[in-house]
Amino acid sequence: MEEGYLYYPGCTLKAKGSDYESSAMKVMEKLGKPLIEMEDWYCCGAVQSLAEDDIMHQIAPIRTMCCAQEEGEEELITLCDMCYNVLRQANDRMKEKEDDLETMNEFLDEDPDYEAGVEIYHLFHILEDMKSEIEEAVENPLDGLVVAPYYGCMLLRPDNVAVDETEDPEMMENFLELLGVEVLDNPKRTECCGSYHTVNRSDIVEKRVEDIVSYAAGEGAEAIVLSCPLCQFNLDFHQRATEFEIPIFYITELMALAFGLDIEMKNHKIDPRTLLKEKGILE
Amino acid sequence: MKLKKLRGDIDFMEKVEELSDESLNSCIQCGTCSAGCPFVEDMEILPERVFKHITLGNIDEVLEHNTMWICAACYTCSVRCPRDIDIAKIMEAVRQIVLRADIDMVDVDEVDNIEELPQLAVVGCFRKETG
Repeated sequence: MEEGYLYYPGCTLKAKGSDYESSAMKVMEKLGKPLIEMEDWYCCGAVQSLAEDDIMHQIAPIRTMCCAQEEGEEELITLCDMCYNVLRQANDRMKEKEDDLETMNEFLDEDPDYEAGVEIYHLFHILEDMKSEIEEAVENPLDGLVVAPYYGCMLLRPDNVAVDETEDPEMMENFLELLGVEVLDNPKRTECCGSYHTVNRSDIVEKRVEDIVSYAAGEGAEAIVLSCPLCQFNLDFHQRATEFEIPIFYITELMALAFGLDIEMKNHKIDPRTLLKEKGILE
Repeated sequence: MKLKKLRGDIDFMEKVEELSDESLNSCIQCGTCSAGCPFVEDMEILPERVFKHITLGNIDEVLEHNTMWICAACYTCSVRCPRDIDIAKIMEAVRQIVLRADIDMVDVDEVDNIEELPQLAVVGCFRKETG
């Protein structure tokens, strides 16, 4: 797609993670490669079904792949880390296992066959090739803001879908440095936030959040930056159980601010405006 | 009642290996999985103990402890295992055996702040904890 990228939003970016979608849309527009939402798509299922015999839970992600195929596109972009992980693993399974693809197409008997020709990318793959454009788009460098990058799990594991080095990623650090922020070395950046346990085992998530946030704050981080709406919720919401209160930004929110664009900040539990005003980033 | 039926019905290790496509006998009990697991303090038995119990046929030891439900499939163990065992798939296989016996681990009526939660958390939890 010459004018931009075909974009799969997933359920959360249309609701609790809308700050990520709205800021990413603005950022990509500014970079000259807008995200163009698919005409039709399905919820990916949020977590990958790992059982060998479970084809049923691969249907939703593959139907989305079929929608991309119908639109004549071979590249599909996600923002949400969990969607990226599920779509990518389901798609790879169809590419690698002919029998599974055949079974899938028998299930999808009312739709055209999926030809396994679509490739799934995360926003980070796109930004990696646009560093000079990012640098040029920065109008208000975020000087003086100290942040800890946080990847979580789904961008890096399992290793066959990793967007960067599984144990020592640096993609996000490189993007952040282009924005003028001070980026801390954060060894906790690849640890799990507690994931879906937030539904019925808040105690587990609170321990993970305490561990991750206390390290970052202890090193001097004024905010944590990430790209997963579940990590954002967990690190933001469950900080209430800790002594800390540092904002949790989507990376595209900081990019938008550095590009001189407005951001909505509708989903934040810990309001970032105080910090942004203190730093002279917001008036 | 349902758990009793489960124990009597299947060759547990064979079923786990079939569902995961992983070999449990490859495990050398090195403990790398436990060392890196961010959830290990909430697990009643360590991940490598789960594998050992499965290979020894101690099904009760596996089913009566919470380890597979605390695992959130973050894949840290899978990428670090020196024997290249995809441990997340083994935990999923054990969960699936229980869930397919019609035993759910979460009830929507007992989630008290469901409107507050991001959609993918709810979908993810119900996918991992209900059959």
